[in-house]
Amino acid sequence: MSSVLFDVPGPRARLRHRLYALLTIAVVAGALGFVVYRFTVTGQFEPDKWAWLQYEQIQLSLVEALLNTLKAFAAGAVLAMVFGAIFAAGQLSDHKIIRVPALVVVELFRAVPLVVMIFFFHYGVLKGDPFYSVVLGLTLYNGSVLAEVFRAGVRSLPRGQSEAAQAVGMRKTQVMSYVLLPQAVRAMLPAIISQLVVLLKDTALGFLITYDELLEYARELGGAFQFDRPLVPVTLVIGAMYIAMCLLLTWLATYLEKRSRRNKKVLKLEKKPAEDVVAAV
Amino acid sequence: MDVLLDNLDLYGPGFLSTIWLFLISAAASLVLGVILAMLRVAPVPVMRAIGATYVTLVRNTPLTLVFFFFAFAFPLLEIVTSNTFGSASGYYFFAALMALILYTSAFVCEVVRSGINTVPVGQAEASRALGLTFGQMLASVVLPQATRAVVPPMMSTMIALLKNSTIAAGFSVFQAGSISLYLSERGESQMIGLLWVALFFILLVIPMSLLQRSLEKRWSIAR
Repeated sequence: MSSVLFDVPGPRARLRHRLYALLTIAVVAGALGFVVYRFTVTGQFEPDKWAWLQYEQIQLSLVEALLNTLKAFAAGAVLAMVFGAIFAAGQLSDHKIIRVPALVVVELFRAVPLVVMIFFFHYGVLKGDPFYSVVLGLTLYNGSVLAEVFRAGVRSLPRGQSEAAQAVGMRKTQVMSYVLLPQAVRAMLPAIISQLVVLLKDTALGFLITYDELLEYARELGGAFQFDRPLVPVTLVIGAMYIAMCLLLTWLATYLEKRSRRNKKVLKLEKKPAEDVVAAV
Repeated sequence: MDVLLDNLDLYGPGFLSTIWLFLISAAASLVLGVILAMLRVAPVPVMRAIGATYVTLVRNTPLTLVFFFFAFAFPLLEIVTSNTFGSASGYYFFAALMALILYTSAFVCEVVRSGINTVPVGQAEASRALGLTFGQMLASVVLPQATRAVVPPMMSTMIALLKNSTIAAGFSVFQAGSISLYLSERGESQMIGLLWVALFFILLVIPMSLLQRSLEKRWSIAR
């Protein structure tokens, strides 16, 4: 906690806090108990419903589905970064004829819901392998968000950086690619990785157009009658997998941020209040 | 244009349903999010741990998976049945609401908490010196000031919520995102149908982000 909203508790406050803690634990335990009760009543703990975990074939298919998810993530991440870099540079261009279209494209793809975009590509334009529709949608949406992130990073660099680069005789492209973008990317690394977490989660949208990823496999497995339709256990396991993957990425972001704080070469950029929260999708 | 005009009976209720979904889940997730944020800054460690666990788990789960759970797995627990809502579509609307509210409130919580962190520590100290309790301090000193920092990122959370509501289309809720699926049954072009849906969202989202930018500019000067 960065701000201290309360005093170090005295003896009476400690007693009161302990009471509140007990009450909270009681409420949460009650809620969890209700969940366990419903699970037991509806037979979610029956060994039948968890038997699928033991089958090697299912484990292999699960890994394959996971790889498909990661494939869409990797392709989307790389393309979105390229897209973001190009359109950030476009938005920062001195020429109105480049700047305005870049701005329109970024605003457009940020405003349209990703689902609508993916549906559009899948049912309207590409109509073939859902993989391409998913990756294209992820690229355009997250690329536009990343373009904003890159642009904010470049904007927040001190003016002296580009002035000095111009003074030693660099051309505009050189200033951007040798001086501004590397520093901006470094300063914005945590924000970029948070956006990659969003991208990873959004690969699950591929389920809606039957791309063979983790969630699609969960639906298939969850409906399997020989395991008594284990939808609840499967959802829990798949959820844990997604959470583990995203936490790994988040930890990477925290680690990089800590490292960059130690490194004096990374510029400390002024942070806007509450901007470290990345929008929900 | 023809696709829109010929199928107004689809577009009208579809757009309306999206707006309802958005309004209800926005209101509910604001309330739940603020409660979660209060848990996360509470003096009792257990409360903080519970708030943090909820936010970490939910923030790292794909919204599609949350929808998936409420649409397919939750009915198996037999806590509510489709009888409770009169019809299957009633249940799916409820499922979409639950998914959107539970998911968005984690993000609302984070926005509010980081807003609270922008309030200088001296403010809390001063209100303690005046003898305000924790609740009084939050309600009449810290939260009003945090609002200033919170409004722009809250707007982007709400914009995200609006766009997220389209995921409901994949889970049998009839709203804007599902229009194209019905259009193809009528033999209309899905591509043009979806372009109209996209336009509808652009028309809703762009004013919201303009408002967000102007609020950001106007309010950042004041402190």
